[in-house]
Amino acid sequence: MSVANYIPNKYDVVVDPSRCRMCGRCEENCSYGVFRKEQDRIVTFPSNCVVCHRCISFCPADAITIRERTATYRHHPHWDEESREDIYNQANTGRVILGGMGNARSYPPIFDRLLLDACQITNPSIDPLREPMETRVYLGKKPATVEITGSGRDVELKTSLSPNLKLETPIMVAHMSYGAVSLAAQKSFAMAAQRLGTYMGTGEGGTHPDLLAYKDNIIVQVASGRFGVSPDYLANSAAIEIKAGQGAKPGIGGHLPGEKVDAEVSRTRMIPVGSDAISPAPHHDIYSIEDLAQLVRALKEATDWKKPVFVKIAAVHNAAAIAAGIARADADGVVIDGFKGGTGAAPKVLRDHVGIPIEAAIASVDAKLRNQGIRNEVSIIASGGFRNSADLTKAIALGADAVYIGTAALIALGCRVCGKCYMGMCPWGIATQTPRLVSRLDPIEGAQKVANLITAWTHELQELMGAAGINSIESLRGNRDRLRGYLLDENILEVLDVKTVGA
Amino acid sequence: MLNKDGRRVNGSMIKNGLSRMNERGNGQGAGYAAYGIYPEFAEDYALHVFLDNMKEAKFSVEKEIERWGYIVHAEEIPVDDRKVEVSHIPYRYFFKPDPEKLLGRKIDEKDAILKMVMDINASRSGALVFSSGKNMGIFKASAWPEEVGNFYMVNKYKGYLWLGHNRYPTNTPGWWGGAHPFGLLDWSVVHNGEITSYGTNMRYVESFGYSCTMLTDTEVVTYLFDLLVRKHRLSTEMAGHALAPRFWDDIDRMAPNERDVHTALRLAYASASMNGPFAIVVGNTGGFVALTDRIKLRPLVMGYRGKTAFVSSEEAAIRAMEPNLDRVYHPPAGTPVVERLEGRA
Repeated sequence: MSVANYIPNKYDVVVDPSRCRMCGRCEENCSYGVFRKEQDRIVTFPSNCVVCHRCISFCPADAITIRERTATYRHHPHWDEESREDIYNQANTGRVILGGMGNARSYPPIFDRLLLDACQITNPSIDPLREPMETRVYLGKKPATVEITGSGRDVELKTSLSPNLKLETPIMVAHMSYGAVSLAAQKSFAMAAQRLGTYMGTGEGGTHPDLLAYKDNIIVQVASGRFGVSPDYLANSAAIEIKAGQGAKPGIGGHLPGEKVDAEVSRTRMIPVGSDAISPAPHHDIYSIEDLAQLVRALKEATDWKKPVFVKIAAVHNAAAIAAGIARADADGVVIDGFKGGTGAAPKVLRDHVGIPIEAAIASVDAKLRNQGIRNEVSIIASGGFRNSADLTKAIALGADAVYIGTAALIALGCRVCGKCYMGMCPWGIATQTPRLVSRLDPIEGAQKVANLITAWTHELQELMGAAGINSIESLRGNRDRLRGYLLDENILEVLDVKTVGA
Repeated sequence: MLNKDGRRVNGSMIKNGLSRMNERGNGQGAGYAAYGIYPEFAEDYALHVFLDNMKEAKFSVEKEIERWGYIVHAEEIPVDDRKVEVSHIPYRYFFKPDPEKLLGRKIDEKDAILKMVMDINASRSGALVFSSGKNMGIFKASAWPEEVGNFYMVNKYKGYLWLGHNRYPTNTPGWWGGAHPFGLLDWSVVHNGEITSYGTNMRYVESFGYSCTMLTDTEVVTYLFDLLVRKHRLSTEMAGHALAPRFWDDIDRMAPNERDVHTALRLAYASASMNGPFAIVVGNTGGFVALTDRIKLRPLVMGYRGKTAFVSSEEAAIRAMEPNLDRVYHPPAGTPVVERLEGRA
């Protein structure tokens, strides 16, 4: 690197010598080499620091401080710090800038401009601790009508139902592949999903044999690289998801660096040890909607038409029309991943500039499907940056049947959103395959954390429903009358089909 | 109240019963629905219309009606306007759809009436069709129940099924069109409550071509019954279960055949199911169905005497109509009670 393009350190890492006991745990825990224990002091290399908090969490003396360090640039409203530093970087390397996690620009979340409703006087709110408060959701095709003979207890259903997934809570754990995350992380998700009656996604990395015990709570993914796909893989699942796109990087494929492909990952993904796993941008057998229909049917045929098949797309400008196409291609669910969705690694320019907010995508997809009379044909699963129970409650009120949480589930495991997943050095044992680091994540404890999070959010969802006088989640779904927009402009209110506050 | 043997009685009885519940209203809306009142026009659709004037409004309604068929008879609905402040002219048409006019549009006769009513009501031409069934009619206005009953002289009509309602308007102002019963084709609906799932239900029925012009939950209830029973051919009982579904905990404990039925109803009709406090009575040519929300946040009581079935928010109202009851019954939450005319499925 030339000195001309030097980028100043972002952080100061300070060890307070009056507190430090020289135990060396900071050095042992930091996988990025920030600390070195010398004879009588800890030397730090702050330029390596990613602010993962591992050292702070493990320092018994509370001796470590990490501060943001600003080397002031001359203020310029257009040439902000990030623009300048990206240019220095690219001038040095000539490469595409990678970034982990989701969109890092400060687009305002629409969720924060939507307010929920509550009952007062004319109708009573419902106390979820005293009354039933149903959060069960079924995902898959629903009949438009049903034929029933008889009455009372002597009734019989004449309509045959398509396979559906039964969720006891509308919250599922998103697809994060083995390879991108550790087996310990996947086990944590799988155990939590099984305990709560919900589901987790395998991502496109195949299913490790250790996860087969949880197969009834696993949604397997078929992505453009087809890694890990086999008849057994499809059979050992509750549902199948075709991944056509991802909110963090719409329009491109995936790349698992060879460094992360050890023997176990190699076996599960069915690729050679140490080789890069590159998923192409499109599915090379899907160049149009009729090809998707073929793949959906092929997967159904391979599993005796017993499993629902979902199709995941990134929320892009034309998401509504694409979703309607998916509904007509025999799929049972459409997964829409918003532009704030996370990832292990994505080109920063795509992560930050491509796609649309999940709120607008849910609203337009739900409206389009209803207008075409095919809303019962597919379930809508939304994902992409849900931060709390309010976000997901609003997503359901806009029209989603269920949501996936990815980053939030990682944070439950200890992730600090440092955004360096692609380096494979995750000190929390989540986004790494290094055995020494993976061993730091105990799946039993991890499962408890993830289960706690989903349970807590489900309780909060029930409180919000009860306050709104609603005791079954299907009456919340698409109930946009229970939302109001606060300081949203008229155009977006129209897309969301939500009134302004006070109206 | 329903006389299951079809015996027709005049409206003074229900007026007296309804007046016992004036605590539940505020004098801004009341109404009646009566079945079997127009035997001389039994095969014609009886359109009850509020006209704002006898010129443009009347002209535009008649123009629209004649696009679909012809008027057999037309007249002002006789009223005694001594006590009620009259804000619309209640008018009625007996109407026959013309098969030839329908044929060209490939539309079912009842769907044609439905479309005609929706078009008139959505056009805001100063006319509102508030009753459109055969051999039945709705009478409503903004006043106390006995005032509305006297205004329309309900004691001069004889029906085998009567519904009455006393309103305490909350969501929409007390205007004549907002009073209950709400009617469409042979349906009439009276409703106590506020449906918290309105947004979901409204979008659901609109995707089947209904247009919610009144912005009241009672309107949505009417469309839901029309859709589920007339178009989807569910039994009234099953429609009740679809709209106030059984809890999953109960469904999980049912025998397999019942479980399949109730699961399928919840899957298919998730967006039709209604939440929030309600007690509803839906009348039809063949009888009525009474239904409360799943945790019975609104009261509902049944009474029986001989061949007559009564349903009310309060037992007091039933006792005012019939002091000597054979049986009084409080239906469990969310369980539809269907009472039919003898010989009607």
